[in-house]
Amino acid sequence: MTDGPVILEMRSITKVFPGVRALDRVSMQVRAGEIHAICGENGAGKSTLMKVLSGVYPYGTYEGEINYLGEEVRFKDIKSSEHAGIVIIHQELALIPELSITENIFLGNEVKGSLGIDWAEARRRAVDLLARVGLDESPDEVIKNIGVGKQQLVEIAKALSKNVKLLILDEPTSALNEDDSAHLLDLLRGLRSRGLTSIMISHKLNEIAAIADSITIIRDGKSVETLDVGAGGVDEDRIIRGMVGRSLEARFPEHTPNIGSTFFEVRDWTVEHPQVPGRLVCKGSNFHVRRGEIVGFAGIMGAGRTELARSLFGRSYGRYLGGQIFIEGRPVTIHTVQQAIDHKVAYVPEDRKALGLNLLDTIQDTVVAADLRRISKRSVIDPDAAYLAAERYRKALNVKANSVTEGVVKLSGGNQQKVLLGKWMFPEPDLLILDEPTRGIDVGAKFEIYGLINRLADAGKGVVVISSELPELLGLCDRIYTIFEGAITGVVDRADATQESLMRLMTGAASAATH
Amino acid sequence: MKSLKQLFSGGARQFGMVFALAALIAIFQFTTGGKVLTSTNAQNIINGNAYVLILAIGMVLVIIAGHIDLSVGSVAAVVGIVVALAIRDWGIPWWLGVILGLVVGALIGAWQGAWVAYVGIPGFITTLAGMMLFRGANQYIGKSNTIPVPSQIQYLGAGYLPEWGPNTGLNNSTLLLGVLAIVFTVWVEFRRRSKAAKLNGAQMPVMVSVIRTVLIVALLGYVTWLFGSGRPGTSFPVSGVILVVLVIVYHFISARTITGRHVYAVGGNRAAAALSGVNIKRTNFVVMLNMSLLSALAGIVFIGRSTASGPFDGTGWELDAIAAVFIGGAAVSGGVGTVVGSMIGGLVMAVLNNGLQLMGVGSDRTQIIKGLVLLAAVAFDVYNKVQGRPSIIGTLFRNRRNDIVSPGTSEQPSVPVSAGETAARG
Repeated sequence: MTDGPVILEMRSITKVFPGVRALDRVSMQVRAGEIHAICGENGAGKSTLMKVLSGVYPYGTYEGEINYLGEEVRFKDIKSSEHAGIVIIHQELALIPELSITENIFLGNEVKGSLGIDWAEARRRAVDLLARVGLDESPDEVIKNIGVGKQQLVEIAKALSKNVKLLILDEPTSALNEDDSAHLLDLLRGLRSRGLTSIMISHKLNEIAAIADSITIIRDGKSVETLDVGAGGVDEDRIIRGMVGRSLEARFPEHTPNIGSTFFEVRDWTVEHPQVPGRLVCKGSNFHVRRGEIVGFAGIMGAGRTELARSLFGRSYGRYLGGQIFIEGRPVTIHTVQQAIDHKVAYVPEDRKALGLNLLDTIQDTVVAADLRRISKRSVIDPDAAYLAAERYRKALNVKANSVTEGVVKLSGGNQQKVLLGKWMFPEPDLLILDEPTRGIDVGAKFEIYGLINRLADAGKGVVVISSELPELLGLCDRIYTIFEGAITGVVDRADATQESLMRLMTGAASAATH
Repeated sequence: MKSLKQLFSGGARQFGMVFALAALIAIFQFTTGGKVLTSTNAQNIINGNAYVLILAIGMVLVIIAGHIDLSVGSVAAVVGIVVALAIRDWGIPWWLGVILGLVVGALIGAWQGAWVAYVGIPGFITTLAGMMLFRGANQYIGKSNTIPVPSQIQYLGAGYLPEWGPNTGLNNSTLLLGVLAIVFTVWVEFRRRSKAAKLNGAQMPVMVSVIRTVLIVALLGYVTWLFGSGRPGTSFPVSGVILVVLVIVYHFISARTITGRHVYAVGGNRAAAALSGVNIKRTNFVVMLNMSLLSALAGIVFIGRSTASGPFDGTGWELDAIAAVFIGGAAVSGGVGTVVGSMIGGLVMAVLNNGLQLMGVGSDRTQIIKGLVLLAAVAFDVYNKVQGRPSIIGTLFRNRRNDIVSPGTSEQPSVPVSAGETAARG
């Protein structure tokens, strides 16, 4: 399909922020009816480019030229780009949780009747739109009651309601599980066959390789190359090579595990959902971690991996019903997060902005936040100790920042993740539970974090990695537990594990096969 | 330019509000023909606003934690009447009356803190209820009468430090305080320099230190002269001494203790704080309790100044305190604010009141002007944040160490102000 006419051409776009040249003469061409992917590491400038295109950064705040449908366009805000048929769906969904699907679809774009809004017509159109995106929900359903995957479909329906000609998707599948992702990609294919052009930003290179017709690669604010997928020879490694400017020999650093004895063990851990009595999110889970071991937890989203981790971490999730934690063979009581920290357990949450970081804080304040006593005397904080500690972790973790007094809000996702890891390494835990430690960060930062996890294991700590990406678990972990609907369904050694075997256990298809 | 920035610790821009205060004083000094910067007037400003500034100390912590407290005026009033009645009718000594007042304040704080922290009622609602409840309690207990207080209590609210020693032309107590402050300033500067060298070897230009120290010392010297050279028997006010001690203590608590960090953490991201081992409930409880304790103190200082406790004491104080905090750079959504910034915000309001009054501007127009100033100050702050520039003084004193650790990189994070956040976030 890459032989259609050029619908969009961005020429020599330069966007400068104070002190940073975010885009440096970036050019790209999108042909009608194709799915055009934009790839690049975090901070490479992908989102900035799309904000230029959609008018978030209005004409005049950037240099360069945008030609769309054969003429030069100068958008002054999002409204004017939407008017031209360019609709952007942001990574963080912009739906109002308390409103219905219909209300959300037509929010800001209401169907006018003779007296105010014509809700009957709006609802009729909503039904139609939902059918087009293949979403089987009542248009009166409230957004908060449907899952993230379906919410993403509502976003697309909303875009379609605006007569979209060019749809921009920023990380559309980052919050979705595999099923929902597959469904979404199918939908995009279907829309393509009906002539819709889309631009997609994604870190999931396998998805891009599978769906995109052409790929523009951006590196350090410059457009590096455009790959034509139809011409063949484009696979994940080829994309990575373009993104990082070199070929990553391996996506995982070499590591020879040095595994000691079991020091952390959980028996019969049972937890009830905090709001829904009787619904168990952990069903008598048993597992153990050895010193120097990297243990993976695989499971589809909602299977209970995060719930297990957080309920272990000072019962910070759900209602505890039963079970016992043993450290070095001795039963311990961990009722609060502080007790968990005191017992040398750390939990690095998956959602670093909502649960991990205080975005108002500096790097320094963040790194020491989980163990202020370490840098205090009689509850009085020694700022020099805090500075030195933060500086040590900044160097050790290779955080790209001028100084530790910089705010974490300014850092890229990968660097924020490193700071968050630093925050939980600072209390010097024996067990680190890392929940989706590489979500939404770029290939280079991922490699660094894998190396860091290996170093933690080599230092004799136990590391638990929760991940939705099976290749990541297979590349990193010594042993992998699978979880299905709150129950641990199996444990597989690295040598025996394949994506297929894990997937069977994760979906409950072969729960009795191992043990 | 870089040196100039170092001179002002965190970038000259951040001193906007300090400059605004100085400019305000200068303008009024000019328009009133020199009536603002007289000893008597300066003493009046402190005496007449100490109670609001004491409230602002507590209020900034409440607002940083993401709450609001509307009950402070009523709490001050009920404590005032209890103290006045206890001293007059029960005949207890004045100091026992003060302790009793603080205990009552703490109990009220525990009551409100329990509702906010452990039951989960938003602070806005809890203290709106408290505002009515304790206003009524004040009038019920005092039968809506005005009860006079003894001279020792009046000393706390309107007294002056003693005269002693040789005739220096100044009040010697004030002089002593001024000298102590100057010595402290010089010591801090020396310590700052030695630490900077120790931490990363980066040395500030000597001139920066010298100029900064000379400026601050000159200011302190002037303030000492201003307050010390009044008519005999006057000095830096006792209420001002109480205030300065509180500012030092609470600045230290908020900036340098674990409790203080926890308050910022709870206001900045409650969920992240909980997962970092911060006891959210206890932090909220302590913040609300502390607010009522300081309200009690403000109430005692106020009845001292007005020589009696009455049924309408403290009306509208909560709004003055909240205005001071927001002019001082705190964020409505919590997590941002400083004690010293709030003091500057409070002084801006105080000088505005005072200067307009001296100019003969009526209270009607004074209120209009104050309203516009509050709006303008916060709008300017919001605008700066939208532009990605630092809050004017919100970060001023919280990160004084910027110039130590990394000269020239003192930019603060931009803090998006979310319009959807309400002040009453529980």
